[in-house]
Amino acid sequence: MKILVCISNVPDTTSKINFSGDNKSFDKNGVQFVINPWDEYALTRAIELKEAKGGTVTVLNVGEADAEPNIRKALAIGADDAIRVNADPKDAFFVAQQIAAIARQNNYDMILMGKESIDYNGSQVHNMVGEMLGIPSIVPASKLDLVDDSTARLEREIEGGKEVVEVKLPFVASAQQPMSEPRIPNMRGIMTARTKPLQVVEPVAGETKADYVSFSKPEKKGGVKMIDAENAGELITLLRNEAKVL
Amino acid sequence: MSVLVFVEGFNGEIKKSSLEAATYGYQVAQQLGTSATAVAIGEVHEDALAKLGEQGISKVLYDADSRLNDFVADAYVKVIAKAAQQENAKVLVFSNSNIGAAVGAKLAVRLNGSLATNVTTLPKTDGGFIVTRSVFSGKAFAEVNLTSDVKIIAVKKNALEIANAGSGAATIEKFSAELTDADFVAAPKETIMQDTSGGVLLTEAEIVVSGGRGLKGPENWHLVEDLAKALGAATACSKPVADLDWRPHHEHVGQTGIAVSPNLYIAIGISGAIQHLAGVNSSKVIVVINKDPEAPFFKAADYGIVGDAFDVVPKLIEAARALDK
Repeated sequence: MKILVCISNVPDTTSKINFSGDNKSFDKNGVQFVINPWDEYALTRAIELKEAKGGTVTVLNVGEADAEPNIRKALAIGADDAIRVNADPKDAFFVAQQIAAIARQNNYDMILMGKESIDYNGSQVHNMVGEMLGIPSIVPASKLDLVDDSTARLEREIEGGKEVVEVKLPFVASAQQPMSEPRIPNMRGIMTARTKPLQVVEPVAGETKADYVSFSKPEKKGGVKMIDAENAGELITLLRNEAKVL
Repeated sequence: MSVLVFVEGFNGEIKKSSLEAATYGYQVAQQLGTSATAVAIGEVHEDALAKLGEQGISKVLYDADSRLNDFVADAYVKVIAKAAQQENAKVLVFSNSNIGAAVGAKLAVRLNGSLATNVTTLPKTDGGFIVTRSVFSGKAFAEVNLTSDVKIIAVKKNALEIANAGSGAATIEKFSAELTDADFVAAPKETIMQDTSGGVLLTEAEIVVSGGRGLKGPENWHLVEDLAKALGAATACSKPVADLDWRPHHEHVGQTGIAVSPNLYIAIGISGAIQHLAGVNSSKVIVVINKDPEAPFFKAADYGIVGDAFDVVPKLIEAARALDK
């Protein structure tokens, strides 16, 4: 079983988000980067499947050199090797083209990633990769199991319920809870990760189709209006007459 | 050229989020001096389709193939791509649902189009096609220029009001694409719908009542449920509550759960960790009920009550039940 897990390098969930003075780019100053939390569900499930059935887990990141500490972290968690496509991940279409190019060279049995990244929240790359490769994409999947060596069974979340889907390998799937419980790397993992192969490749020619022009932050809230717990019912009146939401 | 809107059905009716998409599609069509056509797939009542005229939709292409009552991505893509070609659609509009975002991404590849998801504004069309999208889990907005000939937009839920354009009924045209077995290889074997108490879908709800660890155990969830019922709201929970299996994961809102953007979000016994806020910060009005006056959630709230949920919530239920609807 050859599994490819795609990871993004994103600002930590607790980061304050700031932009450059001209609001044209994200300000990385003082920001800690982590493996996109949704991608961690995919990574952990891939490692669990490898442990149960044998095979390899390759981690792929489309990004610049500053993503390498988190690629090493993925290796420390249990991936076998890694590929970094040395490029600024400008938009989803470009990233999907890079992933598809790597996939075409390597015949992976499954390509996994998170349901979306917590920075750009696009939720596009997985379906684009599936479409580019002409294989099914199951998005978002909350459960992934192998039925036999050539078939997987997934649960796919839809609004108001879920679908049970069985597909032949290869396929693309994106992960969300409760697919797996992310792991913290142990000391042995961290030591062995240092010597695991991390291959850096140059991008294939790709297109961007969405240009980020500028960023802004939402207006600050006006402050909280407190209501005395004794007169809690007053809240309902305010929600109807003042906030006009009831 | 025209604007094509994909509308999703639920129990035969059209989802609220799809009415928003239809409104968006009509407004874009007005900007571009053209008309808006909708495409509907699977089981939707025809009178619901005709009523899309209210949102300004002039024509609905309807593929009633019963194999499409379940969501089958490849088949849906084929139907919508054919509709887009027939109508010479240069702008395709979806709701930013699991279905809409998935189909939109595949169509972006197939039609060589530019895609923006989570979109909150109509496009600026002087010198490009620039839309605003919600990024960094609601902590920021980005303006994005869609540079391809075909633009595909998935509209964030509850980002715009459903408009009544006041037009007559939309005409309904039967429509079908030549689907083959290959389009159904990833068709669901089984679809399991949740018991949506009161029939309110969390992702579609205008009001959400959410509970955290402050409720002390699943046996106390009747407080959340009764308040939700009195307000016509959906119920949700925080991550620890889902992790403890007090509530199912599909109710978990937050950074790694579902992101919601209702008109009113009521948080009971939730401290408001930044990861929780990331899933709810697009809500228009936030109410926080917590016995800890230092709970960080109060900083993000519009209304707050410091008090024990077990005292406060019954009073709210009583007041909500007394409202004339």
